[in-house]
Amino acid sequence: MRSTLVTVLLAAACSASGYGGDESTASPRTGDERLEIPPPPFSDGIFPCTSCHADLKVNRTRRALTEMHDDIQLRHDEQHRWCLDCHDATDRDWLHLASGERILFEQSYLLCAHCHNPHQPRFRSLAPKPAPHRPQRPKEETGGLP
Amino acid sequence: MKRDPGDAPDPSRREFVSCAAAAAAGFLLTACGPKRLVEMPKERLQAALRELERQYSETYGTAVTVADTPALPGVQFAYALDISRCIGCRRCVYACVEENNQSRDPQVHWIRVHAMEKEKGVDFTHSDPYYEPKEVPEEGRFYVPVACQQCENPPCTKVCPVGATWKEKDGIVVIDYDWCIGCRYCMAACPYGARHFNWAEPSIPRAELNPNTHWLGNPPRKKGVVEKCTFCIQRTRAGRYPACVEVCPVGARKFGNLLDPEGEIRYIIERKRIFVLKEDLNTVPRFFYFYAT
Repeated sequence: MRSTLVTVLLAAACSASGYGGDESTASPRTGDERLEIPPPPFSDGIFPCTSCHADLKVNRTRRALTEMHDDIQLRHDEQHRWCLDCHDATDRDWLHLASGERILFEQSYLLCAHCHNPHQPRFRSLAPKPAPHRPQRPKEETGGLP
Repeated sequence: MKRDPGDAPDPSRREFVSCAAAAAAGFLLTACGPKRLVEMPKERLQAALRELERQYSETYGTAVTVADTPALPGVQFAYALDISRCIGCRRCVYACVEENNQSRDPQVHWIRVHAMEKEKGVDFTHSDPYYEPKEVPEEGRFYVPVACQQCENPPCTKVCPVGATWKEKDGIVVIDYDWCIGCRYCMAACPYGARHFNWAEPSIPRAELNPNTHWLGNPPRKKGVVEKCTFCIQRTRAGRYPACVEVCPVGARKFGNLLDPEGEIRYIIERKRIFVLKEDLNTVPRFFYFYAT
């Protein structure tokens, strides 16, 4: 069974190929259509997390999971990160920001900015379009510049 | 009163009546003469616009439409530009040229991007609009694009001797290109250099003409008239963003309704450090510059 942690990791990686979301939700932006975000790729029956976790004792110690979710391989700064950095320990149906503010699984993209600066690099350098002509007296006959 | 014999005789009744009739006829003829489109009754305006469409379509070989979409009630347009984002790429300048049918040769640009030194701050005296490096942004420089500031208290409209330019109800300062006599008083009055004169017959390649026009915005102009930014009136009154906002690759340009409390413009005004150009002149621009970061 896939863990909900995968949701966060995939979203954090911002990789379109990592999404297992429903194709139909990724509609193109045309006219007045709203931009839809693919839902988190939950496996069947895994949500709400509290259906199991509500009765379990919270163990905040960083460790390798052995009893459940042991199929998850964290491949995103795994030396420094682990589950409860993003998953809320007190209510497992939520994620949380570094500030402690709880966010929905659908808002997992908000977590990226904890490590990645969205403004660095700021903007790609571009070749500018041509400079304007300096003021000149136009040619009367042709209507063009000399 | 006794008359001298040398005095001109009193006009006879016949003379008086014929003079009065001539004066009345003259008055009527003047009143029926050409009128500003803005003063015309609706039916006559429509007829005039259809005629313009016919002329433009014939000249450019494509179906040109000339809309007269009025100002939307409850809308006051305003613009905001994030100086900390602008990289000076001039995409906006050329998007504007294409959207608004500015003359390619001689060149007319409604937007001018000034490169400034970070050390000096906003300083138009030493700004460089002709920068041409391989890539922007340049080290130590920032960029301030300037177009019509759509002033709340526009000095340009006050000096027009023929009433060919005015502020619309949604705040857009417009020009009636068919009524402008090309005296350029408005250009002298504008403290932002935002108005441009067609010194020679404008030229637009046929294939590049934007056929979606509004009669106060982007129809092809003639030689000898003044023109300027209208917040893309043909787009914005139809619920679209101005072309410069759409094209900006860094999202430095923001546009919206000042009266919308949830809108971007209000968000920026209420939360960011904003300033306007030449605030001391009391022109009260609708164009806000800000630093988002």
